[in-house]
Amino acid sequence: MELPLLVALREGGSVDPDLDPGLGGEALLFLFRKMVFLRALDEKGLSLQRAGRIGFYIGATGQEAAEIGSGFALKEGDWVFPSYRDQGVALLHGYPLSALVGQLFGNSSDTTKGRQMPNHWCDRAARVVSVSSPVATQIPQAVGVAYAAQLRGEKSAAIAYFGDGGSSTGEFHAGLNFAGVFRTPNVFFCSNNQYAISLPFAKQTAAGSIAVKAAGYGFPGVRVDGNDILAVVRVTRDALERARAGKGPTLIEALTYRMSAHSSSDDATHYRSEEEVEAWRRKDPIHRFAAYLKKEGLLTDQAEAAAAVEAREEVQRAVAACEAAPPVPPESLVEDVYAEMPWHLKEQREWIRMPVKG
Amino acid sequence: MTLVQAIRDALALEMERDPGVVLLGEDIGKNGGVFRATEGLWARFGSERVIDTPLAEAGIVGMAIGMALNGLRPVAEIQFVDFIYPAFDQIVSELAKFRYRSAGQFTAPVVIRTPSGGGIKGGHYHSQSPEAYFIHTAGLKVVMPSTPADGKGLLASAMRDPDPVIFLEPKALYRTAKGEVPEGDYTVPLGKARVVKEGGDVSLITYGATVHVAEEAAGMAAQDGIHAEVIDLRTLWPMDIETVIRSVEMTGRAIVLHEAPRTCGFGAELAALIQEKAFLHLKAPVARVTGFDTPFPYALEKLYIPDAHRVLKAIVAAASY
Repeated sequence: MELPLLVALREGGSVDPDLDPGLGGEALLFLFRKMVFLRALDEKGLSLQRAGRIGFYIGATGQEAAEIGSGFALKEGDWVFPSYRDQGVALLHGYPLSALVGQLFGNSSDTTKGRQMPNHWCDRAARVVSVSSPVATQIPQAVGVAYAAQLRGEKSAAIAYFGDGGSSTGEFHAGLNFAGVFRTPNVFFCSNNQYAISLPFAKQTAAGSIAVKAAGYGFPGVRVDGNDILAVVRVTRDALERARAGKGPTLIEALTYRMSAHSSSDDATHYRSEEEVEAWRRKDPIHRFAAYLKKEGLLTDQAEAAAAVEAREEVQRAVAACEAAPPVPPESLVEDVYAEMPWHLKEQREWIRMPVKG
Repeated sequence: MTLVQAIRDALALEMERDPGVVLLGEDIGKNGGVFRATEGLWARFGSERVIDTPLAEAGIVGMAIGMALNGLRPVAEIQFVDFIYPAFDQIVSELAKFRYRSAGQFTAPVVIRTPSGGGIKGGHYHSQSPEAYFIHTAGLKVVMPSTPADGKGLLASAMRDPDPVIFLEPKALYRTAKGEVPEGDYTVPLGKARVVKEGGDVSLITYGATVHVAEEAAGMAAQDGIHAEVIDLRTLWPMDIETVIRSVEMTGRAIVLHEAPRTCGFGAELAALIQEKAFLHLKAPVARVTGFDTPFPYALEKLYIPDAHRVLKAIVAAASY
């Protein structure tokens, strides 16, 4: 069984009317600026790590269309369960840049008190749920959130992001199976970026695609060109609307490519060739979208260059503000383990307060 | 009322009181649970709130976490605690850490109810006592009742608690433990131990099914003129340190008792706390009476689980040290 690859932005620059999300010029330029911004953020994140100013970074370079396109399709009130590579989605869904950059520094500008390594963000107000490192654990959790919304009769959806590696986990299976059985308002968004650290997609599954697995759970699977932002907006929006309308879950597989290494700790030259990366670089989603916008007369070379400069400046301002913040206070170590601090943590707090000498 | 009836009573009352309470697990709906803890609740509250799930523990706990994140008060049943390990990552890496890793932005007040311990001829996979894993994980509360009244009162408290609670039900007591249970709304606070029997010579500190073993042993010791104080912790963690230390300061002798294996069992932590906090009061080493460091056996179950004779030996040894 094979599913067709959905493409809106065709070679040659025309848009398939069946997959056109029907966005106006302003929205298209908004998407473009957000893609450019995400790339600038990732470049800065990696350079901060290289300079030793933050400990770690995971970029989404090459995946901007999947990130920004799907994030754009969300509505306020939808729940987002990101993975550690979905900073673009989180920002589009209302996670403030200052909080995101603060999280990278893990100092007192971090709204989560420096509790986790970079790329493990959350924002309760935006309904961007806290990220953990074990992959795909968020999938059954997203089903629970959606079940609760459905029980209360709310018209919101919960979207869970994961990668091709995550599709091999037990939680992927458990979560999608539960979602199918309970017909929860979920969208499962797989950014198939071809690699789980070093393992290429062909060695992750013999199924040929992730989307085809949806059939095993009794709901539709969609395979979309993940470097085609128009198609991503369209299929994600359709799936979310389907969910909110009580028609059940959808699995989306966005075919894209991780142009950067897995993380700042990874060296991708160990396991893939420069020729392969170069071939995907030619499919860069930002260049592809820029070419379309220029053809439509919506973007000029100057405006494109200006967008990149503005993005870098905005990131730089956030970095400057967050980096200057003081470290997290030592006593915060024992806070938030429980709603009320139990005796043993109060005792351990005293050890923090006690000077080592005297 | 039996322990299992008391648990059902607490579930029904909380579901009545709070429309956000939902139950989920395997066979808990129409079938009422393999131990009948949820019997009648599916008919009364409907399949949307008493949810039969597919067979996947990680799915059950993961889904419960999501429900709690979005305002419900889920009570997940894991059919036997021996089957909780597929959900271990969801419990340890997710459930326990949401509050901390989000600095209080996201909380997951999930109760996981699960039958624990041996005594039903269940072999390896229907008998284990894995409480130490959960006590060792920061962010979880661990509770285990030993009487029907506590079963009701502690479960009601767990279901109203802002933190995730692993609620271990001593399955051997489901139908054998009988007692008066207050009618209607009834809670027993978490974190408070119960002095089951007073005595000035030795402190017996335990929880769950071995509370009854301790009582029996204390009765036997009394015939020899040794008076043991029996303490039922009720909440294993965060535990009631004051009640334990007050007792040990009085008796000078402490025996910790549980079914779980000995090495790195909760008794080891209790022994460490007692020697840290009551060292100068101790007249004898803190003794451990526990299960063996083996997988839980089938044929030799009665040998494995501490009985009153083993506890009595420890009492006599402590008293004559």
